[in-house]
Amino acid sequence: MRQILIIAGKELRDGMRNRWVVATTALLAALALTLAFLGAAPTGAVRVSGLAVTIVSLSSLSIFLVPLIALLLSYDAIVGEVDRGAMALLLAYPVARWQVMLGKFAGHLAILGFAILVGYGVAALALQWAGNDDQSAWTAFAIMVGSSVLLGGIFLAIGYLVSTLVRDRGTAGGVAIGVWLFFVLLYDMALLGLLVADQGRTVTADVLNIMLLLNPADAYRLLNLTSSSDVSTFAGVVGLGARAGLGPGLLLGALCAWMAAPLAAATALFARRQV
Amino acid sequence: MTDETIVISDASCRYGRQYAVHNFDLTLCAAECVGLVGHNGAGKTTLIKMMLGLTRPSSGGVRVLGEDPAAGAAVRARLKLGYLPENVALQPSMTGAETLAFYARLKRRPIAENAALLARVGLSDAAHRRVGEYSKGMRQRLGLAQALLGSPRVLLLDEPTSGLDPALRQSFYEIIRDLCRNGATALLSSHALSELEGQVDRVVVMNCGRKVADGSIAELRGLAAIRPRIRLRLPRAPRAVANGPDAWAGWSPVAENVLELSCEESEVASVLRTLPSAACDIEIIRPSLDELYASFQARGA
Repeated sequence: MRQILIIAGKELRDGMRNRWVVATTALLAALALTLAFLGAAPTGAVRVSGLAVTIVSLSSLSIFLVPLIALLLSYDAIVGEVDRGAMALLLAYPVARWQVMLGKFAGHLAILGFAILVGYGVAALALQWAGNDDQSAWTAFAIMVGSSVLLGGIFLAIGYLVSTLVRDRGTAGGVAIGVWLFFVLLYDMALLGLLVADQGRTVTADVLNIMLLLNPADAYRLLNLTSSSDVSTFAGVVGLGARAGLGPGLLLGALCAWMAAPLAAATALFARRQV
Repeated sequence: MTDETIVISDASCRYGRQYAVHNFDLTLCAAECVGLVGHNGAGKTTLIKMMLGLTRPSSGGVRVLGEDPAAGAAVRARLKLGYLPENVALQPSMTGAETLAFYARLKRRPIAENAALLARVGLSDAAHRRVGEYSKGMRQRLGLAQALLGSPRVLLLDEPTSGLDPALRQSFYEIIRDLCRNGATALLSSHALSELEGQVDRVVVMNCGRKVADGSIAELRGLAAIRPRIRLRLPRAPRAVANGPDAWAGWSPVAENVLELSCEESEVASVLRTLPSAACDIEIIRPSLDELYASFQARGA
């Protein structure tokens, strides 16, 4: 445990030093504030939107941004250090390889968690201060922040898996971008295409449910767009998931599994990797 | 024996069909400073990584301080082991003091000892500057400092002095000799035998993953059996003597008035006694370490 915390602490300090923490927090805060205060602009009016509306926009933003940030943090974590020879030195110390992996994960998750909590928290507090006391939406907001961190953790874990599997940093970067494109853009497009082409003949609600759970980004989206009745009204999805029988517990479970499985695979592969 | 710190018995390490280390035997004892010499790619780094437990031998055994270094539980051995990789890649955004503090925590050493360690390698003034601003020599010294954390009983240094200036190299060796005097085992790898002259008690020459020689530099000279040469200058060219024995039989001219004789090591003294007093600039030329090394490499190939 002690060794994990030491490595996590070093990653965190590194993140502060090379401005990762500051940059991501500022980016998320700026985008969240923009969405909160100018989110209504496309409808022709510049006014403060409610917290529920902001949650809908923020979770759509998170689906694109959080996985990207997480992959950028993690794709280099193993292969980069092996490349530079720093991993050989680190492993000559009394540290097990799984401790290195978990330590890096804990450190990177702390960076992401801080950025999300502060970035989105600023927007929420600003809305509150601007006279928007939509108390019921705070639970949904908390779920959004928590599940965004979870989404970050999932893509950190996938990033480590990529970083352990490939031989050089360039490939790791390329594969990471590919992973991001697949889960965030291509999967949904393919799914939509399939649904339209199929016209509900073979793709039943159950099959669709499984397909949605097979993409962590979709599970995240469903969890947030159905987190409260208010939010689902604004989201326009009108509780696709809720109606289809995907409760928040199941979605949360799927997200946790999506985080644990790649992390476990990355740890197991790293134990056998040549450094 | 209790003072054996590293025992490698018949170990091989294979990458695909290529052997990086082949049937290697090596025993290192406490208070010994050993040089590991070989070409780039001779298997030195793989051998060191086997001792660190980073690479598992395909066959044979490696024991460091009585433990299998590749086993997960080799924590006790690692606490007493210092390693300096060939290219120290330390985090450029951290300061020297922070870097050392990070490694000290991992090794469960009090951070209070670090200031003395930094002073010992001559980095006290630069302790709070970022490693990214360090020169190559300073990075190497910081690398040595982390290897010295917790007074290790085994020091594995992979090409520690490549790229260092001579003054720095001397102070580097002084620190290592100091540790050896206190009972530590130091293994230094290098690609040039001449770099290790006078610094190590014993040299192990490696070629294509095999051990081709093992012994002190004097013993290696004996093994290589390259005959010493005696060279001298005469005030004028020796005249050929018509009758009687030629005083300079066996000597061959190498330049004007300069003669050279190749003889056995045991004959050197008697040859010197017979020289006329007119001879000057007398030199005994023994094979240089580079020639010695080349002869072993040729033999191993």
